[in-house]
Amino acid sequence: MRKKNFLAALAILAAIVVVACGGAEKAPTETAKAPAAAPASGTASIAGTIAYANGDPDTAISMNADPKCATLHKEPVLTEKIVTGETGGLANVFVYVKAGLPAGKYPVPETTHLLDQKGCQYRPHVSGIRTGQKLIIRNSDPTLHNVHALPKVNQEFNQGQPFENMELERTFDKAEVMVRFKCDVHPWMSSYMGVVDHPFFAVSDAAGSFKIDGLPAGEYTLEAWHEELGTTTQKVSVTEGQAASVAFSFAAGGVPSS
Amino acid sequence: MSPGPSAAPGGTALHRFALGLACGVVLLIAAGALVKSKEAGLAVPDWPLSYGSLNPPRWWQIENVRAEHGHRLIAGAVALATVALAVLASRREPRRWVRRLAWTAVAAVLAQAVLGGITVLFFLPTAVSVGHAALAEIFLCLIVALAVVTSRRWRAAGAVDPGRAPASAGITSVSPVAATVATVLVYLQILIGAVMRHTGAGLAIPDFPLAFGRLVPPRFDFGIAIHYAHRLGALAVAVAVAAVLAAALRRARREPALAGAAGAMALLVVAQVALGAAVVLGGRAVPVNTAHVATGATLLAASFALTLMSWRLARPAREPRAVARAIGGLGEAAG
Repeated sequence: MRKKNFLAALAILAAIVVVACGGAEKAPTETAKAPAAAPASGTASIAGTIAYANGDPDTAISMNADPKCATLHKEPVLTEKIVTGETGGLANVFVYVKAGLPAGKYPVPETTHLLDQKGCQYRPHVSGIRTGQKLIIRNSDPTLHNVHALPKVNQEFNQGQPFENMELERTFDKAEVMVRFKCDVHPWMSSYMGVVDHPFFAVSDAAGSFKIDGLPAGEYTLEAWHEELGTTTQKVSVTEGQAASVAFSFAAGGVPSS
Repeated sequence: MSPGPSAAPGGTALHRFALGLACGVVLLIAAGALVKSKEAGLAVPDWPLSYGSLNPPRWWQIENVRAEHGHRLIAGAVALATVALAVLASRREPRRWVRRLAWTAVAAVLAQAVLGGITVLFFLPTAVSVGHAALAEIFLCLIVALAVVTSRRWRAAGAVDPGRAPASAGITSVSPVAATVATVLVYLQILIGAVMRHTGAGLAIPDFPLAFGRLVPPRFDFGIAIHYAHRLGALAVAVAVAAVLAAALRRARREPALAGAAGAMALLVVAQVALGAAVVLGGRAVPVNTAHVATGATLLAASFALTLMSWRLARPAREPRAVARAIGGLGEAAG
């Protein structure tokens, strides 16, 4: 009977080892994009501003959940959810051409896009990346992080980076606005990345300004996305060599005013 | 295999070991509840290692890693203790079905570990997370069963003179069926609570004791329905435990221990309802959430122990069947 029990225990342990090893981290899904004829680029551009009149003050984060994070900052750290400039411009708004582009595939850039974890915050907080473009995620902190991407149409992943200067590489295969990143270790950490299959996107700066270059002439639907205030769209017509001007405005409560 | 030379001393050691382990399992369940309450389930993204090592750097200093990795360490200790219990049972326990029960507990704790790993690697799918919570309570009941059936009281209840019915035959202050119903209701209530927690419906009804200011919510979606079911379940458990307590008090002189256990259950129900109210009114505060789950597990353990003893006292000559009936009730509830 003892031998029987021992063998049964061995079998159970073996099953666990098999499941554990089989369930280990999956390889990143990268698809090689077949080269296709790229639509002609243009010389038109769209410059614009994002206004947010009801400038709620950003709130400070407590980093006490990880004492190492708290020691990395002398000044209070803000959530970066609502960042407004002195003139009422709204930063961290992802603006991109949602519709109207000529059909075709734009070549994937050779450059990499970096998402850094520094001071227990993601840098940048909001950014854009191309489908198929190489994304490098780095841990620049002297503490551990987990990088948890929460896409809805791309592949979700959650990977640990226990040591400083560790890097991991990922790509997103499908266009998706937006993909949220979070750190489950430090719940205040989040970043948003717009994944688009063309180069016509921008993120508003501290003054609420943005610019999209290289557009061919045409009529486009432009969408502005903000993590707290939602999305708003506008139609814009551009002609070659000209710069069109667009003004987006968000209102409090997440309802765009235009 | 032959049992050890003396069953009674071994039985005492087994009983104490199982009792201590049952407390450890409640602690483990509370640690799991802490992980869920802090939403720290994915703070350690790999499994079975943690950040590729046995102990991630500075894990004790980082709240969410401490919660998740601490849960894993307690689980590891409980799993090892369960194996030790089974080995001890194999050496010292003369009853074959008790030895089997101990090894079943080993299988359960290992399956539970695998479920915990799967839920982390697959980003906490609701079905797996709820299954993890459900199996945790079954595992607790297995350890409670081992603690009860190795107790002196259990053995004394079965002491039968040849040709005579045991003195306690048919005499119990608590109806075994009523106790079984109470245990099954407590387990179902825990399952409903697990679904509610893992679907984020803990505050789907924001007021208490009313629901949106009424006895019945004015509208239903999944969140409101599961939350309301949990409140109705609490009512059913309270009625069932009150019935058990009333029966126990009527014959408290004959079985004071069972009456005491029934009284403890009633107190646990009162505490649990108060904690449930505090969860809602306090916006799911982490310590209150954790205490609510731990109290639920303790209530189940007490109810299950009472159920086993009531069956034992009612049918002293059929001890494996008493355990089978009590566990079978939970199995049907889970199924």
